[in-house]
Amino acid sequence: MPITEIIFWTLSSAAILAALMVIFSKNPVHSVLWLIVVFFAISGHYVLLNAQFLAIVNMIVYAGAIMVLFLFVIMLMNMNADQEPNKSKWMKMAGVVSGGSLMLILVATLKNNTAVAGGQEAGIGLIQQLGRTLFSEYVVPFEISSVLFLSAMVGAIILGKKEKGIIETNVSK
Amino acid sequence: MPINYYIFLSVCLFCIGIIGVLTRRNAIVIFMCIELMLNAVNLLLVAFSRMHHAAAQSLDAASMAGAEAQIFVFFIMVVAAAEVTVGLAIIVMLYRNIHSVDINFLNRLKH
Repeated sequence: MPITEIIFWTLSSAAILAALMVIFSKNPVHSVLWLIVVFFAISGHYVLLNAQFLAIVNMIVYAGAIMVLFLFVIMLMNMNADQEPNKSKWMKMAGVVSGGSLMLILVATLKNNTAVAGGQEAGIGLIQQLGRTLFSEYVVPFEISSVLFLSAMVGAIILGKKEKGIIETNVSK
Repeated sequence: MPINYYIFLSVCLFCIGIIGVLTRRNAIVIFMCIELMLNAVNLLLVAFSRMHHAAAQSLDAASMAGAEAQIFVFFIMVVAAAEVTVGLAIIVMLYRNIHSVDINFLNRLKH
């Protein structure tokens, strides 16, 4: 068994186990920590697929920034204890059954592929090649995404502002 | 590595995310499961880009096909970052208003 296959199986089992732990752990902080494990495993898969730039970006953006944001919000709300008192068994079972049957259908539909994601050494995932493509052909979407970030920032600030208005009077029956 | 392995891994991660969305009731955990599904799709796109590149390389050795998919994954990450910002702001506002993040309290559109 070549070394890449060993790494592949290790990373895959780590990703799936950690993903299961994300949805089964009671404490949201533990969920965040397991999700970071999933993201690192997926970054390892990117390295295995010769997409080094995406591996680094995944680590920085997802495991770094986004998960810290999640952790920050959870600690802000001070809900380290789980409050899910009376969830019905049937709803949980229905969710698991529907998700499992979707997985069954997708696997049964897609199982006849014979293509191989491999080949020899590919340079497309390196930062040099991707940067050239990004700044020559995709420079307009790149600039538009900066506008998207700006509007997301403004929206988050407006949503997060303390306001005494319509919402509070409506919600607090 | 056969493409099937990556497809099955992505399908597993995606369905775990769906099960999490359907069974959990904490809004933040549901949001994390959505991130998990996005990452499963990203992984599949990168695997497909590698497959496409290998197929194009067998015809033309100097081909650089497949870089577009990785650019696409990069933009998915950009949009996901913006989405997380706004979504977490909405959850914080929700928590400030109803002092809970349980989605069963969010049925005001029903009545």
